[in-house]
Amino acid sequence: MQTHDAKRVVITIEAVMESRLTDALQTADVTGYSILPVLGGSGRSGPWSREGQVSRAGGMVQVICIVHPDRLDKLLDAAFAVVERHIGIVTVTDCQVLRAERF
Amino acid sequence: MGDVLSLAADNLLSPLILFFVLGVLAAFARSDLTIPEAAAKALSIYLLFAIGFKGGASVAAHGVDAGLILSLVAGGVLSAAIPFVAFALLRVMTQLSTTDAAAVAGHYGSISIVTFVACSTALTGRGLDPEGYMVAVAAIMEAPAILSALWLVSRKAGGSQMDSGLWREILLNGSIVLLIGSFVIGAITGKEGLEKIASFIVSPFQGVLCLFLLDMGLVAGRGLRDSGKYLTPGVFAFGMLMPLVGSCFGLAAGMLLGLSTGGVALFMTLCASASYIAVPAAMRVALPEANPSIYLTLSLGITFPFNLTLGIPTYIAIASQVTGG
Repeated sequence: MQTHDAKRVVITIEAVMESRLTDALQTADVTGYSILPVLGGSGRSGPWSREGQVSRAGGMVQVICIVHPDRLDKLLDAAFAVVERHIGIVTVTDCQVLRAERF
Repeated sequence: MGDVLSLAADNLLSPLILFFVLGVLAAFARSDLTIPEAAAKALSIYLLFAIGFKGGASVAAHGVDAGLILSLVAGGVLSAAIPFVAFALLRVMTQLSTTDAAAVAGHYGSISIVTFVACSTALTGRGLDPEGYMVAVAAIMEAPAILSALWLVSRKAGGSQMDSGLWREILLNGSIVLLIGSFVIGAITGKEGLEKIASFIVSPFQGVLCLFLLDMGLVAGRGLRDSGKYLTPGVFAFGMLMPLVGSCFGLAAGMLLGLSTGGVALFMTLCASASYIAVPAAMRVALPEANPSIYLTLSLGITFPFNLTLGIPTYIAIASQVTGG
């Protein structure tokens, strides 16, 4: 099966920043992404969990985008402008996709 | 003093408090008892819907008067002013940075709707029904404190980020929309409307509140267990002193407005409580440098339990003494 190179960007960010990040991605012409809830974890401020929380203030989400390598810098510039001052992690990994024209 | 102790004893042995304590103990014991996030959210929606509707129905029954407008103005002014008092106290009592102190101060100008509900329930149980429009006062008091906190930071340290999107999120926060919306619907439909849904929002109310307080106990206990290291003696003392200071402002405002005994006690409780829903979310957006472990642990782990157990009986006793109720 023919596959094509792509970049998988995973942005773990505070839930309250979700709409700002997705707005920035849309502005950068990244129209395809998935958002996953993060159930809990542990970081520099200690462990945390979504369970029982009624506010989005303590939660995190993951925004996952898969883009053509040529579009990576534009995506990262847009994402960094939003996440720069906030808790979060941005990772970029190589991946393969079947239908390159979709990314 | 005897009244306060008697009220406190009654309060401490109520199902509401005992379920909260159960949650705290379960969290400390690292029990796997949890309330799923979606269930906790549903419980909070139910409580906001019920308290808003009942407040609106009460206004419909008693009519709108100047007290409503003046109470709303007083609530807004106090919400904006109390963070300055809290900030000054924090600078004297703690070593917190300007940003952390301003973020904490913002929480104390805003309100805790669950503390409000718990106080309303305690008052109703004693036949001291507050003015129905206090629900609207609670909603008004959510946001001005955020502006004060951000102004404190921009004046001292710079760096707060307040955009139009944040304003929209604060003012159209789901809790505020539901509370005000239910209040307006309750005011429009009045007693007849309340009778139609009483079996849903009156009878089960206390049970749902118990379950919600169990969840709050779990969250508060986990916060204390995991973030207790941020509670220096000064920060801890602030968490219990500030509600008493805030309640004095509420007492003065309630007396000036000529509110009933229940209304004065509820105003004291609003001024004494600290937000843990609307303000933390706003602070994460506007002041990401502020440490959430400090303001959430203080608000939810210290001030909320303090108000729930000792604060509310104290405020009710003082309001009863002062108003002769």
